[in-house]
Parts: sequence; structure tokens; C-alpha cells
Amino acid sequence: MSNKYFISGGTLDDGSKKNLFISDGKISGFENPANSGAQVIDATGKIILPGLVDLHTHLREPGKEDSETVLSASRAGAKGGFTALSAMPNTSPVADTAGVVEQVLRLGVEAGLCDVFPIGAVTKNLQGSELSEIGAMADSAAAVRIFSDDGHCVSNPAVMRRALEYVKKFDGVIAQHAQDPDLTVNAQMNEGVISSILGLKGWPPIAEEAIIARDVLLTEHVQSRLHVCHVTTAGGVEIIRWAKARGINVTAEVTPHHLLLTDDLAASYDPVYKVNPPLRTEKDVHALREALAEGIIDIVATDHAPHPAENKECEWQEAAFGMLGLETALSIIALTMVETKLLDWKGVAERFSRAPARIGGYAHQGGELNVGEMANLTLIDPAASWRVDRNLVASRSRNTPFHGMELPGVISETFFRGVPTLRNAELVQQLNSENSQ
Amino acid sequence: MKHLLSINDLSDSEAIAILDTAVELARVSDAPMKKLPTLRGRTIVNLFAEDSTRTRISFEAAAKRLSADVINFSAKGSSVSKGESLKDTAQTLQAMGADAVIIRHQASGAAHRLASSQWMSGTVINAGDGTHEHPSQALLDAYTLRKHLMHGAQNLKGIHVAIVGDILHSRVARSNVLLLSKLGATVTLIAPPTLLPVGIESWPAKISYDFDELIPQVDAIMMLRVQSERMNELFFPNAREYSRYFGLNSDRVKKMKKDSIIMHPGPMNRGLEITADVADSARSVIVEQVSNGVSVRMAILYTLLTGEGIESGALA
Repeated sequence: MSNKYFISGGTLDDGSKKNLFISDGKISGFENPANSGAQVIDATGKIILPGLVDLHTHLREPGKEDSETVLSASRAGAKGGFTALSAMPNTSPVADTAGVVEQVLRLGVEAGLCDVFPIGAVTKNLQGSELSEIGAMADSAAAVRIFSDDGHCVSNPAVMRRALEYVKKFDGVIAQHAQDPDLTVNAQMNEGVISSILGLKGWPPIAEEAIIARDVLLTEHVQSRLHVCHVTTAGGVEIIRWAKARGINVTAEVTPHHLLLTDDLAASYDPVYKVNPPLRTEKDVHALREALAEGIIDIVATDHAPHPAENKECEWQEAAFGMLGLETALSIIALTMVETKLLDWKGVAERFSRAPARIGGYAHQGGELNVGEMANLTLIDPAASWRVDRNLVASRSRNTPFHGMELPGVISETFFRGVPTLRNAELVQQLNSENSQ
Repeated sequence: MKHLLSINDLSDSEAIAILDTAVELARVSDAPMKKLPTLRGRTIVNLFAEDSTRTRISFEAAAKRLSADVINFSAKGSSVSKGESLKDTAQTLQAMGADAVIIRHQASGAAHRLASSQWMSGTVINAGDGTHEHPSQALLDAYTLRKHLMHGAQNLKGIHVAIVGDILHSRVARSNVLLLSKLGATVTLIAPPTLLPVGIESWPAKISYDFDELIPQVDAIMMLRVQSERMNELFFPNAREYSRYFGLNSDRVKKMKKDSIIMHPGPMNRGLEITADVADSARSVIVEQVSNGVSVRMAILYTLLTGEGIESGALA
């Protein structure tokens, strides 16, 4: 198969109409050379974005392969337009040593559908008390730069301070899951009018905001770098706005589901809407959209969290937290940010590719669409729409809250290092067949 | 109306129809032969994943007086506590041909899950789900209030009811606020601020922290059980202090309006939220609530499983 492609008639994220000639994994020019033998891809009416970069993905491998594997998540990522995923460390075993992060890195390379960048645990076994082998993970083949106890908050302020200080050595960043554990014991959903009626234990916004406030101050004090995972509250946005104005080196992410869904969905008691941090109110959704448009929130990240059916087909309190995100993310951003004119496609490329690549220090991701750049690309037809069907997802799990929804924006092609992983909105069969299931 | 999951499933006229049906069915309970053939051949399962002797036997008595076959599935100590999922339990009950499942469960929304999933097709009656709702209790409380305070009126217009205690964790309070306000009563919730949920301002009820101020104004005082484990969760300093501000004792009873009544859904913590002499006093209708409970639950089963109520006087 030729490794040359000519993408014709598309519009780049900056609005310019350019053809792209791809060879040897790179963008090699804007014209199709004579007799190039390139496969031609008609991108008329489509937007060409730098490949999406997710800073927050639960790939579940090693240890929870019944819900997802690095390969199945990579396939879901390719369908969703991603060329880079970041593997959260709450696997079994936890990614708190060089051995585990190198295993995840290797699984990503073997899957070969996108870059898989492991995130290392901040503390041993995510227990919040002792630092994990941060230096060894940074020096490993995985060259980890992002550390997080995601799923758990690094709640002890002294531990958080030390972690922030320690990662300065290699320009690392601590990605905090901001949730005060004492304020959220057995918490089930956003605390407010809906939780009071449903009799589900509340997860108050203050439990997020108090940790964000503490952590930006710690970050300022030790002159380090903080990334706030999945911001969900209007109050959290205000604290980050204040911190940025003060010059504190903080970045923040928002998930697609928190840009669209609200806590009243819990009235169905269907655990497909159970997620941590929880769905908030309409007011929060609007604050998050505005903050993402303004850049107070720097990036979109999916928090893709697959779970097997039995962990969702049960009582709300018994169910696991989390939702699928990879395959619907860009369409949700098209719906909530582009169709509302809060972001143009250049803004989407910045928030969902270039900025996350910068935060993670990911080479060859989030590039400009220029000659010589690695051809990591996503093509989306913004005028087309599709219906989400949980039975057709590439993920091993089915827990999408968007099932049945008609969403704008069909991703037709994803290019990873110059090779299509998605073509005509279908996954490309893998080149190295020994890895396919 | 197929299921009874929340008071929100009932319009005010449907709620009144159930109360009227209960009045008729109470005659059956008073007769020497306490039985109607209405539900003969129908199978009703009492699925109790949480201990509740009084609600279970109340529903059991109600179903048996309507000639239904009753299966008691006490899940505590059975498969549910051994990790069998609600889904598997529901599918088992479906396979056994249950026409109705009466479910008591520690998880809020468990009855909704049974009714809205495709796991079973029968009628679901919520007999208390976590800290969410307990609609049959609210219906029997409305029945009791109507009988004592309304002099023949069908609704509860004009009366003022105080509900006192652990509102935060009370499914009885949630269902009663919805039903009593729907039927025209004024409801005031009285509790320490720690035991009132954030978001309560949206409820159709007034809020007070001052029991003594409200006592002379209300027509009924409904005391709620305070569970001792709440003390360990910092909701109040200790039992003594709770009783001092929110317990119903004989000094407070003296300030009550003439003809006002005292209610409690049970089980009582005598000495904590209510003193023994008050519980057993002339104003107390606590024991009567239990017998009214059987009639009201007969009416719920009758209405849901036959699709109609009983006209006033039809069983006279």
C-alpha cells in the first residue's frame, strides 16, 4: 500500500483552503506531485485539524481488560479523531513505577493507532501518602511528564506541595483531581435541588473549589506547574481566572460531558449519568463553555472511563463512576462550542490538540499544518451529523450517556504519522495484523 | 398508573381516589371475615432488601386481605446481600410470574430501576428506597390526617402539619411534603440546619429551626426517627441536646392546639425524639397509623392491579 496521500479540497483549521500532500509520515507539500501515486482523499467541505490530543483517558490496561484495552481504546480514539491519548495510572497494578509506564507505552506502540503517553501516579498505589517513583518514571522510556492520582485527590497539602516541587526537576506537571475527600464521603451526585429531591448524597461544588484554591496557592508558593483535571463548577472557573491573572502557572481542562449534560439527568436513576466529578447545573455548564472560549480553561479532555455492563446495570449507589468519551468528544465540542459560535475551528484545534500537546510536552502532536510537520490529522465534516449508538462503539464498554443523540460533525479520516487509522469514517484494519483481535 | 414509585406519580385526584378506596376497604378490615376475592390468583412479591418488619407485614396483610398469593423475599441474609444484583433478582421474580413487586431497598432509586429497566414487566410499588421516598407511608399519613382533622372533606386544605427531625435522610418526609402539599396542607419542616438538605428551598414546604415557636400553630406534629449513627456524623452534638431542642415531650404537648394530633411513622426511639408518655398519650395516633396503613396499602394494591378504585359506599 502506498504511503502517499493527497488530501484535496479541504479547509484547514485557520480557515485557509489548502491541499495536503503526505509522504513518509509528514506533510510534504500543498500540491500533488506528478506521478506521485498518492491515494487521493476528497476533503471538500471538510475541516482539517491537527490530530486531537487527549490528556485524560482511562485505557484500563493492565488489569481491567474486561472494560477496555490499550488497543480497544486506541481504536475508539482513532474513531474519535485522536492521534494521542494519555493513560491515567489507576490501572491494576497502578502505574506508579517505571515498569508499568513502560508496559503501557509498549502496548500503545503495539496497537499502533495513536501515541499513548502514560501518566504516572503521584503517590504509591494512589494512596495519597508516599510519593511514587516519579523520577524513575520521568527517566524511563515512557519519559513521563504528567503525574496524577486521578480518581483520587492528592488531598494532603504537604504531599501535594512536595509533588509539585519534585516535578520541577524535569518540568513535569501535577494533574490534580480536585475533590476534598472529607466533603464527599459516599457522594453520589451534585449537591443541590436535584439531589435533595432524589435523596442521593450530594457532592458539593465547594469540595472541588477548595482544592483548586489551595493548589493554585501551593503552586505559586513553590513556583511549579499545576494542571486541574475536569473542572465542573462556575466557582472553580473563577478561582482559575484569578490564579492566571496573578501569573500562577496553572492550566485546566473540561470534559465534553460537563459542557452539555446537567444533574437533572440523575432523576432517571440511570447510572449511565453517574460520573465523578458529577454533572452540575445549567449555570455551571454555561460558565464552563464561556471559560473554554476565553481560554481560562485551556483544553478539552475526555475522561473516557469505560466500565463493564454489570457496573452500570444496577442501583445508582452501587454503580461505578464514569462515561465513555473518545468517540463522541469532537461532536460534543462541535455542538456546544462551534455551533454556538463560542469557538471557531482554529479555537477547537488549540483547545483539543495544540494546547494539550504543549501541556504534556508531546512531540509531533498538535503541530501547525505546515510542510515538514508530522502528519497527525483529523478530518471532520461539520455539515454532516450522526446518531450515537452504544452498540456500535469501538470501545469494549457501552456506557455512553449520548446513546440515541443526533450529533453534528462526522469524523471521516484520522491520520496517525501519515497513515490513515480512520478512512471514510471506518476504522482501517490494522497493518500489523498480529495485534488485531 | 402502573407503578407507585414516587408521590409525583399521582395527581391530586388519583391520591384522593386511593384514600377514598382505603375508606371503603377499611370496612373489610373491620368485618369478622377480613377478606375480598379481588386479587385471587395474583402473585405479589415482598422484596425487602432492608429490614422493615412493620412495612412488610402491613403490605402482606393488605395483599392477603385481597386474596393475593404473597411471597416474602427477605433479601437480607439471602442472595442480594451475597452480591446477587438487583437485575438478577428482578429477572428471577419475573420468571416466577410476579404480578407486582413491593420493594424496600437501601438504595435511593432502586424502585425506579426495577420499573424502568427491562428486567421485569410487573407492577412496582416503592415501599421505601434509601433516602428518597416512601409513598405508601405518606398516603397512610394523609389518610390519618384526613380522618382526624378534615371533618369529611376529601383533601387537606387549610391544615398545617409540622414534620420534625432528620429531614435530610427521611424518605417519609420527602413523600409527605409532596403529598400533603398536593392535597392543600401547609407543611413546615423543623430540624437542626444540619439535618435539612442543601436544595430544600425548592420543596413545597416551609422551614423552621424553632420547634417551640411552631407548636401552637400546627394541627399535627409528625415526629421522625433519629438514627443514633447520625450522632457520629456530626449532625448534632449528642442525643440530650437533640431532645432538648427537637424532642416532643409533655411540656411541649401542653402548648399544642386543641384537637391537634401527634404522629410517628415508627419505629420510635422513645426518649430521643419522643417521650414515652407522649407516644402513649391521647393525642397520639401512632398505633392507629399502623391499622390505617393496612387499608391504604390494600387501596394501593387494588388500584394498581385492577386499574380502578372503589366508589364511595360501594362496600357498605
